[in-house]
Amino acid sequence: MSMFVKRPGLLSSFQDSGRWGYQHLGVSVTGAMDVQSHEMANLIAGNTDNCATLEITLLGPTLVFTKACCICLAGAQMNARINGRPVPRYRPLIVRPTDTLTFETASEGTRTYLAVHGGFDLPDVMGSQSTYLRAGFGGWQGRALKKDDEIGLRAPLLDDRKPLAALSERIWDQVLYLPSMLGQHTGRKSLVRIIRSDQWPEFTAASRAAMVSGTWRISTDSERMGYRLEGPEITLENAREMISEATSFGSIQVPRGGQPIVLMADRQTSGGYPKIATVASVDLPILAQKKPGDEIRFTLVDVEHAQQLDRAKAQAIDELSVSLASISQWLVAARESAPKNAPENSN
Amino acid sequence: MIDLGDQIDQAVGLRCLTLADHLRQAQVPGVLDIVPSFTAVAIYFEPGPALGANPIARLTSQVQEIIGQIADGAQLTARRIQIPVCYGEKHGPDLEDVAKRTGLSPEQVVQTHHGSICRVYMIGFAPGHPYIGIHDEVFNLPRREVPRTALPAGSLGIANRQSTIYPNVLPGGWHIIGATPLRLFNAKAQQPTLLLPGDEIEFVPINSQRFDNIKAEQLQELGL
Repeated sequence: MSMFVKRPGLLSSFQDSGRWGYQHLGVSVTGAMDVQSHEMANLIAGNTDNCATLEITLLGPTLVFTKACCICLAGAQMNARINGRPVPRYRPLIVRPTDTLTFETASEGTRTYLAVHGGFDLPDVMGSQSTYLRAGFGGWQGRALKKDDEIGLRAPLLDDRKPLAALSERIWDQVLYLPSMLGQHTGRKSLVRIIRSDQWPEFTAASRAAMVSGTWRISTDSERMGYRLEGPEITLENAREMISEATSFGSIQVPRGGQPIVLMADRQTSGGYPKIATVASVDLPILAQKKPGDEIRFTLVDVEHAQQLDRAKAQAIDELSVSLASISQWLVAARESAPKNAPENSN
Repeated sequence: MIDLGDQIDQAVGLRCLTLADHLRQAQVPGVLDIVPSFTAVAIYFEPGPALGANPIARLTSQVQEIIGQIADGAQLTARRIQIPVCYGEKHGPDLEDVAKRTGLSPEQVVQTHHGSICRVYMIGFAPGHPYIGIHDEVFNLPRREVPRTALPAGSLGIANRQSTIYPNVLPGGWHIIGATPLRLFNAKAQQPTLLLPGDEIEFVPINSQRFDNIKAEQLQELGL
Protein backbone atom coordinates (compact mmCIF):
# COMPACT_ATOMS: atom_id res chain seq x y z
CA MET A 1 0.00 0.00 0.00
CA SER A 2 1.16 3.50 -0.50
CA MET A 3 -0.81 6.10 1.45
CA PHE A 4 -1.82 5.42 5.03
CA VAL A 5 -4.51 7.47 6.79
CA LYS A 6 -3.34 8.34 10.30
CA ARG A 7 -6.17 10.82 10.85
CA PRO A 8 -9.04 11.20 8.36
CA GLY A 9 -9.83 14.92 8.74
CA LEU A 10 -13.38 16.28 8.70
CA LEU A 11 -14.50 14.99 5.29
CA SER A 12 -11.96 13.67 2.82
CA SER A 13 -13.29 11.85 -0.24
CA PHE A 14 -11.94 10.97 -3.68
CA GLN A 15 -13.52 12.89 -6.56
CA ASP A 16 -12.86 13.26 -10.26
CA SER A 17 -14.66 15.40 -12.82
CA GLY A 18 -17.87 13.47 -12.26
CA ARG A 19 -19.89 10.39 -13.16
CA TRP A 20 -21.49 11.61 -16.36
CA GLY A 21 -23.86 9.66 -18.58
CA TYR A 22 -26.13 8.18 -15.89
CA GLN A 23 -28.33 11.08 -14.78
CA HIS A 24 -31.28 9.63 -16.69
CA LEU A 25 -31.02 6.66 -14.29
CA GLY A 26 -31.15 8.91 -11.23
CA VAL A 27 -27.40 8.68 -10.58
CA SER A 28 -25.93 11.97 -9.33
CA VAL A 29 -22.92 13.34 -11.17
CA THR A 30 -20.97 14.00 -7.92
CA GLY A 31 -17.27 14.81 -8.63
CA ALA A 32 -15.09 17.64 -7.35
CA MET A 33 -16.93 20.64 -5.89
CA ASP A 34 -14.14 22.93 -7.12
CA VAL A 35 -13.39 21.45 -10.53
CA GLN A 36 -10.77 24.09 -11.30
CA SER A 37 -8.58 23.24 -8.28
CA HIS A 38 -9.07 19.53 -8.97
CA GLU A 39 -7.89 19.99 -12.56
CA MET A 40 -4.94 22.16 -11.55
CA ALA A 41 -3.75 19.71 -8.88
CA ASN A 42 -3.88 16.90 -11.44
CA LEU A 43 -2.04 18.83 -14.16
CA ILE A 44 0.69 20.06 -11.84
CA ALA A 45 1.23 16.51 -10.53
CA GLY A 46 1.90 15.55 -14.15
CA ASN A 47 -1.41 13.81 -14.84
CA THR A 48 -2.78 14.28 -18.30
CA ASP A 49 -5.89 12.17 -17.77
CA ASN A 50 -8.75 12.66 -15.33
CA CYS A 51 -7.43 10.96 -12.18
CA ALA A 52 -9.39 11.27 -8.95
CA THR A 53 -7.94 13.69 -6.39
CA LEU A 54 -8.58 13.66 -2.65
CA GLU A 55 -11.05 16.44 -1.79
CA ILE A 56 -10.21 17.63 1.72
CA THR A 57 -12.81 19.72 3.55
CA LEU A 58 -12.07 22.46 6.13
CA LEU A 59 -9.92 20.34 8.45
CA GLY A 60 -7.33 18.20 6.75
CA PRO A 61 -6.15 14.63 7.42
CA THR A 62 -2.74 13.28 8.41
CA LEU A 63 -1.37 11.01 5.71
CA VAL A 64 1.76 8.86 5.69
CA PHE A 65 3.29 7.82 2.37
CA THR A 66 4.89 4.40 2.11
CA LYS A 67 5.98 4.80 -1.51
CA ALA A 68 7.85 7.55 -3.36
CA CYS A 69 5.55 9.72 -5.44
CA CYS A 70 4.88 13.23 -6.71
CA ILE A 71 2.00 15.18 -5.16
CA CYS A 72 0.39 18.57 -5.69
CA LEU A 73 -2.04 20.57 -3.57
CA ALA A 74 -4.50 23.09 -5.00
CA GLY A 75 -7.45 25.04 -3.63
CA ALA A 76 -7.88 26.09 0.00
CA GLN A 77 -4.90 27.11 2.13
CA MET A 78 -4.64 24.58 4.96
CA ASN A 79 -0.99 25.20 5.85
CA ALA A 80 0.03 21.74 4.73
CA ARG A 81 3.39 20.41 5.88
CA ILE A 82 5.58 17.43 4.96
CA ASN A 83 7.48 16.29 8.07
CA GLY A 84 6.90 19.78 9.47
CA ARG A 85 8.16 21.73 6.42
CA PRO A 86 5.57 23.96 4.72
CA VAL A 87 4.24 22.69 1.38
CA PRO A 88 3.38 25.40 -1.17
CA ARG A 89 0.18 25.02 -3.14
CA TYR A 90 0.27 24.73 -6.96
CA ARG A 91 3.77 23.14 -6.99
CA PRO A 92 4.74 19.54 -7.75
CA LEU A 93 6.57 17.98 -4.83
CA ILE A 94 8.40 14.66 -4.50
CA VAL A 95 7.58 12.72 -1.32
CA ARG A 96 9.46 9.67 -0.03
CA PRO A 97 8.46 6.61 2.00
CA THR A 98 7.64 7.50 5.67
CA ASP A 99 7.01 11.18 4.79
CA THR A 100 4.03 12.53 6.72
CA LEU A 101 1.66 15.10 5.21
CA THR A 102 -0.32 17.15 7.72
CA PHE A 103 -2.93 19.88 7.36
CA GLU A 104 -4.42 22.47 9.65
CA THR A 105 -7.86 24.06 9.54
CA ALA A 106 -8.40 26.03 6.32
CA SER A 107 -7.30 29.63 6.71
CA GLU A 108 -8.42 30.58 3.21
CA GLY A 109 -11.07 28.70 1.24
CA THR A 110 -12.79 25.44 2.21
CA ARG A 111 -11.59 22.61 -0.02
CA THR A 112 -8.05 21.45 -0.82
CA TYR A 113 -7.33 18.93 -3.58
CA LEU A 114 -4.48 16.44 -3.25
CA ALA A 115 -3.35 14.91 -6.54
CA VAL A 116 -0.72 12.22 -6.86
CA HIS A 117 1.19 11.50 -10.06
CA GLY A 118 -0.36 8.48 -11.81
CA GLY A 119 -3.45 8.62 -9.63
CA PHE A 120 -4.78 6.68 -6.66
CA ASP A 121 -5.60 3.00 -7.14
CA LEU A 122 -9.40 3.20 -7.16
CA PRO A 123 -11.93 1.16 -9.16
CA ASP A 124 -13.93 2.75 -11.95
CA VAL A 125 -17.61 2.47 -11.07
CA MET A 126 -19.89 3.48 -13.93
CA GLY A 127 -16.99 5.25 -15.63
CA SER A 128 -15.84 7.34 -12.67
CA GLN A 129 -13.76 7.19 -9.49
CA SER A 130 -15.88 9.79 -7.69
CA THR A 131 -17.26 8.90 -4.27
CA TYR A 132 -21.07 8.98 -4.27
CA LEU A 133 -21.36 9.53 -0.51
CA ARG A 134 -25.17 9.41 -0.35
CA ALA A 135 -25.50 6.16 -2.33
CA GLY A 136 -22.35 4.58 -0.84
CA PHE A 137 -20.42 3.62 -3.95
CA GLY A 138 -17.45 4.82 -5.99
CA GLY A 139 -14.15 6.28 -4.78
CA TRP A 140 -12.66 4.49 -1.79
CA GLN A 141 -15.30 1.95 -0.64
CA GLY A 142 -18.08 4.44 -1.34
CA ARG A 143 -17.27 6.59 1.68
CA ALA A 144 -15.09 9.31 3.16
CA LEU A 145 -11.67 8.32 4.48
CA LYS A 146 -11.41 6.70 7.91
CA LYS A 147 -8.50 6.23 10.25
CA ASP A 148 -6.20 3.34 9.23
CA ASP A 149 -7.36 3.22 5.59
CA GLU A 150 -4.53 2.38 3.17
CA ILE A 151 -4.90 3.53 -0.40
CA GLY A 152 -2.69 2.26 -3.21
CA LEU A 153 -1.02 4.40 -5.85
CA ARG A 154 -1.24 3.45 -9.52
CA ALA A 155 2.24 4.66 -10.51
CA PRO A 156 4.62 5.24 -7.59
CA LEU A 157 8.13 6.50 -8.40
CA LEU A 158 11.20 4.28 -8.15
CA ASP A 159 12.54 4.77 -4.63
CA ASP A 160 16.20 5.20 -5.55
CA ARG A 161 17.78 7.89 -3.40
CA LYS A 162 20.08 9.69 -5.83
CA PRO A 163 17.90 9.89 -8.95
CA LEU A 164 14.93 10.87 -6.79
CA ALA A 165 16.90 13.72 -5.20
CA ALA A 166 18.00 14.88 -8.64
CA LEU A 167 14.43 14.72 -9.96
CA SER A 168 13.17 16.62 -6.93
CA GLU A 169 15.71 19.38 -7.53
CA ARG A 170 15.02 19.50 -11.23
CA ILE A 171 11.27 19.87 -10.64
CA TRP A 172 11.85 22.45 -7.94
CA ASP A 173 13.99 24.57 -10.30
CA GLN A 174 11.37 24.48 -13.05
CA VAL A 175 9.60 27.84 -13.36
CA LEU A 176 5.85 27.29 -13.37
CA TYR A 177 3.68 29.70 -15.27
CA LEU A 178 0.29 29.97 -13.56
CA PRO A 179 -2.18 31.81 -15.85
CA SER A 180 -3.68 34.78 -13.97
CA MET A 181 -7.20 33.43 -14.41
CA LEU A 182 -6.47 30.29 -12.38
CA GLY A 183 -6.03 29.66 -8.69
CA GLN A 184 -7.37 33.06 -7.65
CA HIS A 185 -10.75 31.93 -6.37
CA THR A 186 -10.02 30.74 -2.84
CA GLY A 187 -9.52 34.16 -1.27
CA ARG A 188 -11.87 37.01 -0.57
CA LYS A 189 -13.50 37.03 -4.00
CA SER A 190 -17.24 36.96 -3.32
CA LEU A 191 -18.94 38.30 -6.46
CA VAL A 192 -20.53 35.38 -8.32
CA ARG A 193 -21.83 35.73 -11.87
CA ILE A 194 -25.27 34.27 -12.58
CA ILE A 195 -27.41 33.76 -15.70
CA ARG A 196 -31.18 34.37 -15.65
CA SER A 197 -33.29 31.19 -15.82
CA ASP A 198 -36.35 30.71 -18.03
CA GLN A 199 -38.49 31.31 -14.94
CA TRP A 200 -36.74 34.60 -14.01
CA PRO A 201 -39.67 36.76 -15.27
CA GLU A 202 -42.09 34.84 -13.04
CA PHE A 203 -40.44 36.17 -9.88
CA THR A 204 -41.58 39.50 -8.37
CA ALA A 205 -39.71 42.65 -9.42
CA ALA A 206 -38.55 43.08 -5.82
CA SER A 207 -37.18 39.50 -5.79
CA ARG A 208 -35.30 40.00 -9.05
CA ALA A 209 -33.78 43.24 -7.76
CA ALA A 210 -32.88 41.62 -4.44
CA MET A 211 -31.03 38.76 -6.14
CA VAL A 212 -28.37 41.17 -7.38
CA SER A 213 -28.49 43.90 -4.70
CA GLY A 214 -28.67 41.61 -1.68
CA THR A 215 -25.88 40.06 0.34
CA TRP A 216 -26.27 36.32 0.76
CA ARG A 217 -24.97 34.35 3.68
CA ILE A 218 -24.18 30.66 3.27
CA SER A 219 -26.18 28.81 5.91
CA THR A 220 -24.88 26.13 8.26
CA ASP A 221 -26.64 23.24 6.52
CA SER A 222 -24.74 23.80 3.27
CA GLU A 223 -22.76 20.84 1.98
CA ARG A 224 -21.80 18.93 -1.17
CA MET A 225 -25.43 18.56 -2.22
CA GLY A 226 -26.40 22.22 -2.08
CA TYR A 227 -25.77 25.59 -0.49
CA ARG A 228 -28.68 27.23 1.30
CA LEU A 229 -28.55 31.01 1.16
CA GLU A 230 -29.86 33.40 3.80
CA GLY A 231 -30.90 36.84 2.63
CA PRO A 232 -33.87 38.71 1.19
CA GLU A 233 -37.01 36.65 0.61
CA ILE A 234 -37.45 35.57 -3.01
CA THR A 235 -40.99 34.89 -4.23
CA LEU A 236 -42.86 34.06 -7.39
CA GLU A 237 -45.47 36.55 -8.64
CA ASN A 238 -47.98 33.66 -8.67
CA ALA A 239 -46.98 30.63 -6.65
CA ARG A 240 -47.41 27.46 -8.69
CA GLU A 241 -46.62 23.78 -8.45
CA MET A 242 -43.67 22.80 -10.61
CA ILE A 243 -43.25 19.46 -12.33
CA SER A 244 -39.97 17.73 -11.48
CA GLU A 245 -37.31 18.11 -14.14
CA ALA A 246 -33.56 17.67 -14.50
CA THR A 247 -31.24 19.81 -12.38
CA SER A 248 -27.76 21.22 -12.96
CA PHE A 249 -24.64 22.24 -11.01
CA GLY A 250 -25.23 25.86 -10.02
CA SER A 251 -29.04 25.96 -10.47
CA ILE A 252 -30.50 28.38 -7.94
CA GLN A 253 -33.78 26.87 -6.76
CA VAL A 254 -36.30 28.73 -4.64
CA PRO A 255 -38.41 26.52 -2.36
CA ARG A 256 -41.51 27.89 -0.68
CA GLY A 257 -39.73 29.48 2.27
CA GLY A 258 -38.18 32.01 -0.16
CA GLN A 259 -34.55 31.21 0.71
CA PRO A 260 -32.64 30.03 -2.38
CA ILE A 261 -30.61 26.83 -2.63
CA VAL A 262 -27.68 26.58 -5.04
CA LEU A 263 -27.37 22.99 -6.26
CA MET A 264 -23.81 21.68 -5.99
CA ALA A 265 -21.84 18.55 -6.98
CA ASP A 266 -23.97 15.92 -5.14
CA ARG A 267 -27.31 17.39 -6.30
CA GLN A 268 -30.20 15.03 -6.93
CA THR A 269 -30.79 14.48 -10.63
CA SER A 270 -34.32 15.90 -10.54
CA GLY A 271 -36.03 18.67 -8.66
CA GLY A 272 -39.36 20.40 -8.59
CA TYR A 273 -38.68 23.93 -7.32
CA PRO A 274 -38.73 27.03 -9.52
CA LYS A 275 -35.28 28.21 -10.55
CA ILE A 276 -34.46 31.91 -10.59
CA ALA A 277 -30.95 31.72 -12.08
CA THR A 278 -27.90 29.55 -12.67
CA VAL A 279 -24.35 30.24 -11.51
CA ALA A 280 -21.97 30.68 -14.48
CA SER A 281 -19.77 27.54 -14.55
CA VAL A 282 -16.63 29.65 -14.43
CA ASP A 283 -17.61 31.00 -10.98
CA LEU A 284 -18.71 27.69 -9.40
CA PRO A 285 -15.20 27.26 -7.91
CA ILE A 286 -15.61 30.56 -6.00
CA LEU A 287 -18.78 29.17 -4.43
CA ALA A 288 -17.24 25.73 -3.77
CA GLN A 289 -14.53 27.44 -1.70
CA LYS A 290 -17.05 29.22 0.55
CA LYS A 291 -18.04 27.81 3.90
CA PRO A 292 -21.10 28.29 6.11
CA GLY A 293 -21.18 31.85 7.40
CA ASP A 294 -19.35 33.35 4.38
CA GLU A 295 -21.14 36.02 2.38
CA ILE A 296 -21.50 36.35 -1.38
CA ARG A 297 -23.18 38.69 -3.87
CA PHE A 298 -24.52 37.99 -7.35
CA THR A 299 -24.22 39.89 -10.61
CA LEU A 300 -26.00 39.08 -13.87
CA VAL A 301 -24.27 38.09 -17.10
CA ASP A 302 -25.79 36.80 -20.32
CA VAL A 303 -25.21 33.32 -21.74
CA GLU A 304 -22.85 34.59 -24.47
CA HIS A 305 -20.61 36.25 -21.90
CA ALA A 306 -20.64 33.14 -19.71
CA GLN A 307 -19.58 31.05 -22.71
CA GLN A 308 -16.71 33.48 -23.43
CA LEU A 309 -15.54 33.12 -19.83
CA ASP A 310 -15.64 29.32 -20.18
CA ARG A 311 -13.50 29.55 -23.30
CA ALA A 312 -10.97 31.84 -21.61
CA LYS A 313 -10.75 29.40 -18.69
CA ALA A 314 -10.30 26.41 -20.99
CA GLN A 315 -7.50 28.29 -22.75
CA ALA A 316 -5.79 29.06 -19.43
CA ILE A 317 -5.95 25.36 -18.51
CA ASP A 318 -4.44 24.48 -21.91
CA GLU A 319 -1.59 26.97 -21.36
CA LEU A 320 -0.89 25.49 -17.95
CA SER A 321 -0.94 22.01 -19.42
CA VAL A 322 1.61 22.95 -22.11
CA SER A 323 3.96 24.55 -19.57
CA LEU A 324 3.91 21.30 -17.57
CA ALA A 325 4.69 18.92 -20.43
CA SER A 326 8.34 18.39 -19.48
CA ILE A 327 7.61 17.78 -15.77
CA SER A 328 5.01 15.21 -16.78
CA GLN A 329 7.58 13.43 -19.00
CA TRP A 330 10.24 13.36 -16.26
CA LEU A 331 7.74 11.85 -13.81
CA VAL A 332 6.57 9.16 -16.22
CA ALA A 333 10.22 8.19 -16.81
CA ALA A 334 10.83 7.97 -13.04
CA ARG A 335 7.97 5.54 -12.33
CA GLU A 336 8.67 2.15 -10.79
CA SER A 337 7.05 0.64 -13.83
CA ALA A 338 8.97 2.75 -16.38
CA PRO A 339 11.07 0.75 -18.87
CA LYS A 340 14.67 0.77 -17.63
CA ASN A 341 17.41 2.42 -19.72
CA ALA A 342 14.87 3.96 -22.05
CA PRO A 343 16.07 7.18 -23.66
CA GLU A 344 14.53 10.06 -21.78
CA ASN A 345 12.86 11.81 -24.68
CA SER A 346 11.66 8.80 -26.60
CA ASN A 347 8.14 8.85 -27.91
CA MET B 1 -33.49 22.25 -21.44
CA ILE B 2 -36.15 21.58 -24.07
CA ASP B 3 -39.66 22.16 -22.72
CA LEU B 4 -42.41 20.18 -24.44
CA GLY B 5 -45.34 20.94 -22.16
CA ASP B 6 -46.43 22.26 -18.80
CA GLN B 7 -48.52 19.48 -17.33
CA ILE B 8 -48.26 15.78 -16.70
CA ASP B 9 -49.85 14.22 -19.73
CA GLN B 10 -49.34 10.93 -21.51
CA ALA B 11 -48.77 12.46 -24.97
CA VAL B 12 -46.30 15.06 -23.70
CA GLY B 13 -44.43 12.45 -21.66
CA LEU B 14 -44.16 10.19 -24.71
CA ARG B 15 -42.82 13.06 -26.82
CA CYS B 16 -40.11 13.70 -24.20
CA LEU B 17 -39.13 10.01 -24.17
CA THR B 18 -39.08 9.80 -27.96
CA LEU B 19 -36.96 12.93 -28.30
CA ALA B 20 -34.52 11.72 -25.61
CA ASP B 21 -34.27 8.39 -27.44
CA HIS B 22 -33.50 10.03 -30.78
CA LEU B 23 -30.98 12.43 -29.20
CA ARG B 24 -29.21 9.48 -27.58
CA GLN B 25 -29.03 7.61 -30.88
CA ALA B 26 -27.67 10.70 -32.66
CA GLN B 27 -24.55 10.61 -30.39
CA VAL B 28 -23.89 14.34 -30.70
CA PRO B 29 -20.21 14.99 -29.84
CA GLY B 30 -19.73 16.99 -26.62
CA VAL B 31 -23.04 15.84 -25.10
CA LEU B 32 -22.57 14.23 -21.66
CA ASP B 33 -26.10 13.42 -20.51
CA ILE B 34 -29.65 13.38 -21.89
CA VAL B 35 -32.31 13.38 -19.20
CA PRO B 36 -36.04 13.12 -19.96
CA SER B 37 -38.68 14.14 -17.43
CA PHE B 38 -42.50 14.33 -17.68
CA THR B 39 -42.48 17.63 -19.62
CA ALA B 40 -38.89 18.34 -20.71
CA VAL B 41 -35.61 16.90 -21.93
CA ALA B 42 -32.37 18.24 -20.46
CA ILE B 43 -29.13 18.08 -22.44
CA TYR B 44 -25.80 18.40 -20.63
CA PHE B 45 -22.75 19.27 -22.66
CA GLU B 46 -19.08 19.97 -22.24
CA PRO B 47 -17.84 23.06 -24.08
CA GLY B 48 -14.87 22.14 -26.25
CA PRO B 49 -13.65 21.78 -29.81
CA ALA B 50 -16.61 19.53 -30.74
CA LEU B 51 -19.13 22.30 -30.06
CA GLY B 52 -17.13 25.36 -31.13
CA ALA B 53 -17.24 28.92 -29.79
CA ASN B 54 -20.98 29.02 -29.12
CA PRO B 55 -21.95 25.55 -27.89
CA ILE B 56 -25.53 26.49 -27.02
CA ALA B 57 -26.26 27.88 -30.50
CA ARG B 58 -24.59 24.84 -32.11
CA LEU B 59 -26.54 22.37 -29.96
CA THR B 60 -29.83 24.20 -30.52
CA SER B 61 -29.54 23.88 -34.28
CA GLN B 62 -28.50 20.22 -34.01
CA VAL B 63 -31.45 19.45 -31.74
CA GLN B 64 -33.85 21.24 -34.10
CA GLU B 65 -32.57 19.12 -36.95
CA ILE B 66 -33.14 15.94 -34.94
CA ILE B 67 -36.65 17.06 -33.94
CA GLY B 68 -37.35 17.68 -37.63
CA GLN B 69 -36.33 14.11 -38.47
CA ILE B 70 -38.72 12.53 -35.98
CA ALA B 71 -41.66 11.38 -38.07
CA ASP B 72 -45.18 12.21 -36.91
CA GLY B 73 -46.54 9.39 -34.81
CA ALA B 74 -43.05 7.92 -34.35
CA GLN B 75 -43.27 4.96 -31.99
CA LEU B 76 -41.02 4.55 -29.03
CA THR B 77 -39.48 1.10 -29.11
CA ALA B 78 -39.86 0.17 -25.48
CA ARG B 79 -39.12 -2.88 -23.41
CA ARG B 80 -41.96 -4.54 -21.48
CA ILE B 81 -40.92 -5.32 -17.90
CA GLN B 82 -42.93 -7.40 -15.43
CA ILE B 83 -42.63 -6.33 -11.82
CA PRO B 84 -43.92 -8.78 -9.22
CA VAL B 85 -45.65 -6.96 -6.36
CA CYS B 86 -46.91 -8.26 -3.06
CA TYR B 87 -49.80 -5.91 -2.24
CA GLY B 88 -51.05 -4.99 1.26
CA GLU B 89 -50.35 -6.28 4.77
CA LYS B 90 -46.76 -5.85 5.94
CA HIS B 91 -45.53 -4.95 2.44
CA GLY B 92 -48.24 -2.33 1.82
CA PRO B 93 -49.17 -0.62 5.09
CA ASP B 94 -51.15 2.14 3.31
CA LEU B 95 -53.39 -0.12 1.19
CA GLU B 96 -56.38 0.18 3.57
CA ASP B 97 -55.91 3.94 3.81
CA VAL B 98 -55.73 4.33 0.01
CA ALA B 99 -58.93 2.27 -0.24
CA LYS B 100 -60.66 4.68 2.14
CA ARG B 101 -59.38 7.76 0.32
CA THR B 102 -60.42 6.47 -3.11
CA GLY B 103 -63.74 4.91 -2.03
CA LEU B 104 -62.64 1.56 -3.45
CA SER B 105 -62.20 -1.76 -1.67
CA PRO B 106 -58.57 -2.85 -1.10
CA GLU B 107 -59.13 -5.56 -3.75
CA GLN B 108 -60.32 -2.92 -6.22
CA VAL B 109 -57.28 -0.72 -5.50
CA VAL B 110 -54.98 -3.66 -6.29
CA GLN B 111 -56.96 -4.58 -9.40
CA THR B 112 -56.95 -1.00 -10.71
CA HIS B 113 -53.26 -0.66 -10.02
CA HIS B 114 -52.07 -3.76 -11.88
CA GLY B 115 -54.92 -3.82 -14.40
CA SER B 116 -53.31 -1.66 -17.05
CA ILE B 117 -49.89 -1.32 -18.58
CA CYS B 118 -48.08 1.83 -17.53
CA ARG B 119 -44.74 3.41 -18.34
CA VAL B 120 -41.54 4.75 -16.75
CA TYR B 121 -41.55 8.48 -17.60
CA MET B 122 -38.48 9.42 -15.64
CA ILE B 123 -35.92 8.18 -13.14
CA GLY B 124 -34.76 10.60 -10.47
CA PHE B 125 -34.46 11.43 -6.75
CA ALA B 126 -32.12 8.45 -6.15
CA PRO B 127 -30.30 5.93 -8.38
CA GLY B 128 -32.86 3.73 -10.13
CA HIS B 129 -35.89 5.47 -8.52
CA PRO B 130 -38.62 5.41 -11.24
CA TYR B 131 -41.66 7.61 -11.79
CA ILE B 132 -44.28 5.30 -13.35
CA GLY B 133 -47.59 6.54 -14.73
CA ILE B 134 -49.94 7.77 -15.65
CA HIS B 135 -52.56 5.97 -13.52
CA ASP B 136 -56.32 6.23 -13.43
CA GLU B 137 -57.70 9.54 -12.12
CA VAL B 138 -58.84 7.68 -8.97
CA PHE B 139 -55.17 7.58 -7.87
CA ASN B 140 -54.79 11.36 -8.03
CA LEU B 141 -53.86 11.48 -4.35
CA PRO B 142 -51.66 14.12 -2.73
CA ARG B 143 -48.63 12.77 -0.92
CA ARG B 144 -48.83 11.94 2.80
CA GLU B 145 -48.64 14.99 5.02
CA VAL B 146 -45.96 13.44 7.16
CA PRO B 147 -43.38 11.55 5.08
CA ARG B 148 -41.86 8.38 6.53
CA THR B 149 -38.17 8.67 7.37
CA ALA B 150 -37.13 5.18 6.23
CA LEU B 151 -38.97 2.93 3.78
CA PRO B 152 -37.72 -0.60 3.05
CA ALA B 153 -36.06 -1.14 -0.33
CA GLY B 154 -38.62 -2.31 -2.90
CA SER B 155 -41.55 -0.39 -1.36
CA LEU B 156 -44.13 0.59 -3.98
CA GLY B 157 -45.76 3.97 -3.40
CA ILE B 158 -48.50 5.82 -5.24
CA ALA B 159 -49.40 9.54 -5.41
CA ASN B 160 -50.44 12.05 -8.07
CA ARG B 161 -51.48 9.33 -10.57
CA GLN B 162 -47.96 7.87 -10.40
CA SER B 163 -46.16 4.95 -8.80
CA THR B 164 -42.62 4.80 -7.56
CA ILE B 165 -40.47 2.04 -6.16
CA TYR B 166 -37.82 2.86 -3.56
CA PRO B 167 -34.56 1.21 -4.69
CA ASN B 168 -32.91 1.54 -1.27
CA VAL B 169 -33.94 2.40 2.25
CA LEU B 170 -35.06 6.01 1.74
CA PRO B 171 -37.38 8.62 3.23
CA GLY B 172 -40.64 9.05 1.32
CA GLY B 173 -44.11 10.55 1.43
CA TRP B 174 -45.93 8.32 -1.07
CA HIS B 175 -48.70 5.89 -0.05
CA ILE B 176 -47.13 2.43 0.23
CA ILE B 177 -49.51 -0.20 -1.16
CA GLY B 178 -47.06 -3.04 -1.77
CA ALA B 179 -43.47 -4.07 -2.40
CA THR B 180 -41.42 -5.84 -5.04
CA PRO B 181 -38.67 -8.33 -4.19
CA LEU B 182 -36.68 -7.21 -7.25
CA ARG B 183 -33.51 -5.20 -6.88
CA LEU B 184 -33.76 -1.89 -8.74
CA PHE B 185 -30.18 -0.67 -8.60
CA ASN B 186 -26.77 -2.29 -8.59
CA ALA B 187 -23.80 0.02 -9.22
CA LYS B 188 -21.57 -2.90 -10.20
CA ALA B 189 -23.86 -4.35 -12.86
CA GLN B 190 -23.32 -3.74 -16.56
CA GLN B 191 -26.85 -2.27 -16.67
CA PRO B 192 -27.05 -0.69 -13.20
CA THR B 193 -30.81 -0.10 -13.11
CA LEU B 194 -33.64 -2.60 -13.52
CA LEU B 195 -35.70 0.03 -15.36
CA LEU B 196 -34.99 2.56 -18.09
CA PRO B 197 -36.96 5.67 -19.03
CA GLY B 198 -39.59 4.60 -21.56
CA ASP B 199 -40.03 1.00 -20.30
CA GLU B 200 -43.59 -0.36 -20.28
CA ILE B 201 -44.44 -1.77 -16.87
CA GLU B 202 -46.75 -4.63 -16.00
CA PHE B 203 -47.30 -5.07 -12.26
CA VAL B 204 -47.90 -8.73 -11.42
CA PRO B 205 -49.54 -9.53 -8.05
CA ILE B 206 -47.75 -12.19 -5.98
CA ASN B 207 -48.27 -13.59 -2.47
CA SER B 208 -45.80 -13.14 0.37
CA GLN B 209 -44.46 -16.69 -0.03
CA ARG B 210 -43.53 -15.95 -3.65
CA PHE B 211 -42.09 -12.58 -2.53
CA ASP B 212 -39.73 -14.33 -0.10
CA ASN B 213 -38.72 -16.91 -2.72
CA ILE B 214 -37.87 -14.31 -5.36
CA LYS B 215 -36.00 -12.23 -2.78
CA ALA B 216 -33.91 -15.27 -1.80
CA GLU B 217 -33.17 -16.01 -5.47
CA GLN B 218 -32.06 -12.43 -6.03
CA LEU B 219 -29.70 -12.51 -3.05
CA GLN B 220 -28.27 -15.81 -4.21
CA GLU B 221 -27.58 -14.40 -7.68
CA LEU B 222 -25.69 -11.55 -6.07
CA GLY B 223 -23.76 -13.99 -3.91
CA LEU B 224 -24.97 -12.37 -0.70
